[in-house]
Amino acid sequence: MTTTPTPRRPRGVRRAGDQVFRGLSTGASLLILLVLAGVAVFLTVEGIPGITADPQDVKSGESFLPFVAPLVFGTLLSALLALIISLPLSVGVALFISHYAPRRLGAALGYVIDLLAAVPSVVYGAWGIAVLAGWLAPAYAWLETHLGFIPLFAGPASATGRTIMTVGVVLALMILPIMTAICREIFLQTPRLHQEAALALGATRWEVARMAIFPYARSGIVSAAMLGLGRALGETMAVAMVLSASGVVTFNLISSTNPSTIAANIALSFGEASGLTVNALIASGLVLFVITFVVNFTARAIVDRRKDFSGAN
Amino acid sequence: MSTVVTPEPGTRPETSLADQLRGRSLPAGAARVVVGVALATAVLAYVVGASPVQAVLLAWVVTLALPVWSYAVEGRRKAVDRLVTVLVSSAFVLALFPLASILWTVISKGAPVLSAEFFTYSMRNVVGEGGGIYHALIGTLLITGAATVISVPIGLLTAIYLVEYGAGGRMARWIRFLVDVMTGIPSIVAGLFAYALFVLFFGEGVRMGIGGSVALSVLMVPVVVRSCEEMLKLVPNELREASYALGVPKWRTITKVVLPTSLAGIVTGITLAIARVIGETAPLLIIAGMTDSVNFNLFDGRMATLPVFAYTSIRNPGVPPEFALERAWGAALVLLIIVMLLNLAARLVSYFFSPKGER
Amino acid sequence: MAKSIDVSDLNIYYGDFLAVEDVTIDIPARSVTAFIGPSGCGKSTFLRSLNRMHEVIPNARVEGKVLIDGQDLYGDEMDPVNVRRTIGMVFQRPNPFPTMSIYDNVIAGQKLNSKRMKKADSDAIVERSLRRAGLWAEVKDRLNRPGSSLSGGQQQRLCIARAISVEPEVLLMDEPCSALDPISTSAIEDLIHELKSEYTIVIVTHNMQQAARVSDDTAFFNLSGVGKPGRLVETGRTEKIFSNPEDPATEAYIQGRFG
Repeated sequence: MTTTPTPRRPRGVRRAGDQVFRGLSTGASLLILLVLAGVAVFLTVEGIPGITADPQDVKSGESFLPFVAPLVFGTLLSALLALIISLPLSVGVALFISHYAPRRLGAALGYVIDLLAAVPSVVYGAWGIAVLAGWLAPAYAWLETHLGFIPLFAGPASATGRTIMTVGVVLALMILPIMTAICREIFLQTPRLHQEAALALGATRWEVARMAIFPYARSGIVSAAMLGLGRALGETMAVAMVLSASGVVTFNLISSTNPSTIAANIALSFGEASGLTVNALIASGLVLFVITFVVNFTARAIVDRRKDFSGAN
Repeated sequence: MSTVVTPEPGTRPETSLADQLRGRSLPAGAARVVVGVALATAVLAYVVGASPVQAVLLAWVVTLALPVWSYAVEGRRKAVDRLVTVLVSSAFVLALFPLASILWTVISKGAPVLSAEFFTYSMRNVVGEGGGIYHALIGTLLITGAATVISVPIGLLTAIYLVEYGAGGRMARWIRFLVDVMTGIPSIVAGLFAYALFVLFFGEGVRMGIGGSVALSVLMVPVVVRSCEEMLKLVPNELREASYALGVPKWRTITKVVLPTSLAGIVTGITLAIARVIGETAPLLIIAGMTDSVNFNLFDGRMATLPVFAYTSIRNPGVPPEFALERAWGAALVLLIIVMLLNLAARLVSYFFSPKGER
Repeated sequence: MAKSIDVSDLNIYYGDFLAVEDVTIDIPARSVTAFIGPSGCGKSTFLRSLNRMHEVIPNARVEGKVLIDGQDLYGDEMDPVNVRRTIGMVFQRPNPFPTMSIYDNVIAGQKLNSKRMKKADSDAIVERSLRRAGLWAEVKDRLNRPGSSLSGGQQQRLCIARAISVEPEVLLMDEPCSALDPISTSAIEDLIHELKSEYTIVIVTHNMQQAARVSDDTAFFNLSGVGKPGRLVETGRTEKIFSNPEDPATEAYIQGRFG
């Protein structure tokens, strides 16, 4: 115990570079956490005056809750519509790419779908007004005449086609790539053995999907859906451009009076807003942040839990 | 030997093994024939006067003949299989259809606008015809550039922390998780965050290019972190060990071995992250605003950007509207081209500059 | 150069798990010592503790002493980075840096530490290291090609050249031939023979013939039982371990009855 090793070089000097670099990279990660907290804090600080504001000082002329409630409704409605359209579609596309298309083609087809994610939202908005609304308007007229007894299609059908339903379709397209990408990845991870076991039992391709792929991928599909939902909730420009909104609360999907969404309302009114109206808008942004945060948090938690399980394989 | 998953009760016929193995099935080219007939029907319908949507719908209905035919010949299970095949394939076509339509619309409406003037003139003092996107192009490049300068060091260092320092630790797991959650922050919320932050320093109604960069960074950092993390993870541990064994300190190992080895992947990831934020509209609408003039100063006043330019041109086209709408499509096309080029560049980088000669 | 290593009462832990228990061994200078034993018996772990490479794994720690030339590697003021520069290592699979040329790979030890040196000096180091690694004749005309363009055996000799270019005292080799074909293996073995005049060499191998061919001393490691730590069973001159081992387990292993 009495050996006193002679140091070849003092430890501190040697390790300074390491300390600095470690500090930098740890600091960067903490900074990210700080920014995330900052988003919540700054929106709260700037939003609270808007929540407590006197209705007369705000452009909407309403106190915060009546102001934000219809927007929340519209946000949820449009996002749910998008999800209902997009989920079966993206599961189908993912299955096509992972198990139906020839293997070599699969990667290329994946890129093509990814291109949908590369299209800027303002382009989606412009296309939605110029093309899609025109396509769907006759369909709305048809729905009103033939299915008008269902409240969803009560009409009167919008002549321009710029309805919440059209917004739902555009949003569905916008969230399709991320949902497809996640589903595709999980479908490809399905253990070969399970699939081969099903095939060896004489299953058809569809039965393999039903027996081996879907049970394995269920939680992945759920989280893909939630991530897509999160995107749809927060999407701004496409909604702001396509929707002809009047701030009503209605389940009528095809008429020309539509509920607006939080994000679209902010984008449309922020430019001219001043005073407490700005704070009210920021407060509505805080509401949107909380909703999307919860949705994303849950989705990621599901993905993470799944990872722990699949690690065992 | 019931080797079939769901044997149809009582239907197994007394057949020879050969027949049993062969089964009853549609002729080899059946699927192709049906698809061919469907396409022909669609073309015919279009020529006769149906709208494109109606023609496609009709073709799809025709393809459904395949599972029906299969049901008659091959039985229920194979018919269901074929039905699903048709559905899954049409889901893919259905997804491609809007993409093709978007590309076609933007190119056909935007291409005629592109000219030298369009790229080199701003909208200052332009009413009606003429003018261009020079100011918006400059704004987009400056704001996105600044966002990249902010995001890349933070994102890369965080990725280094996650892979090299925090690996497996609790803190790293939490950071990775929250970064994932951050990828879902709506872009408009990022814009509001930047606004709320800058209001504290510059007072109400602040509009500034750098604010846009901050907002874009909030969106960009998580993407950079995750893609860089994936790339750093791909560097084999053996290389790190080789470097340690030569008596190289950890930070030099990271900067001189790990980063160069994963450079191509990192560049690819950053390029894709840029492509993702360069088309963002909402946050820039909030914090960078819009102007008709060229502004080179990120720290002073409103700054036009391509997406916001396209948006405002469509929203407030003025009188007469057609010139503004033309310019909007032109700006949209330019934006789309930039995004596609960035995507292409990213793929090329990862294709050509990945370390070669791997065994 | 070339120093002996004296290990006394070394325990190696991963977290709370004791991986290697109570090893005491003297590794003589200028000779080749082979570590043999069944998979998972801790011989690689022990090897890596000799230049503190195992610290790369989080939570890994040791108790006990490793003295090289009288200095304790695990002394408070020891810098693992300097330890590793003194005690070089060659790995199981050849791992040249894929972004570097052959030349840069050899000089990597200096280059990665940003040591400034004249071109003539670095040329001299590269040539000397490659010559000692027996690779000079094969690569002298293509020093600027990527290191990964070489064959597996050449890559491993490149890694040896890289390890000796920083002038270490000791060279640790962790199954250096397990990924190589017989001809490359033989080239590496010849090289080990030549290098032992200048370095203290410790080699882990699964190949009994290889241990018999290249080593002067042999140490046999074994697990004391399932889930128990690995330990050093016996050590001695290679001829003795292979012809007349003291422990029955050693004899059983060498005769191929387990492992």
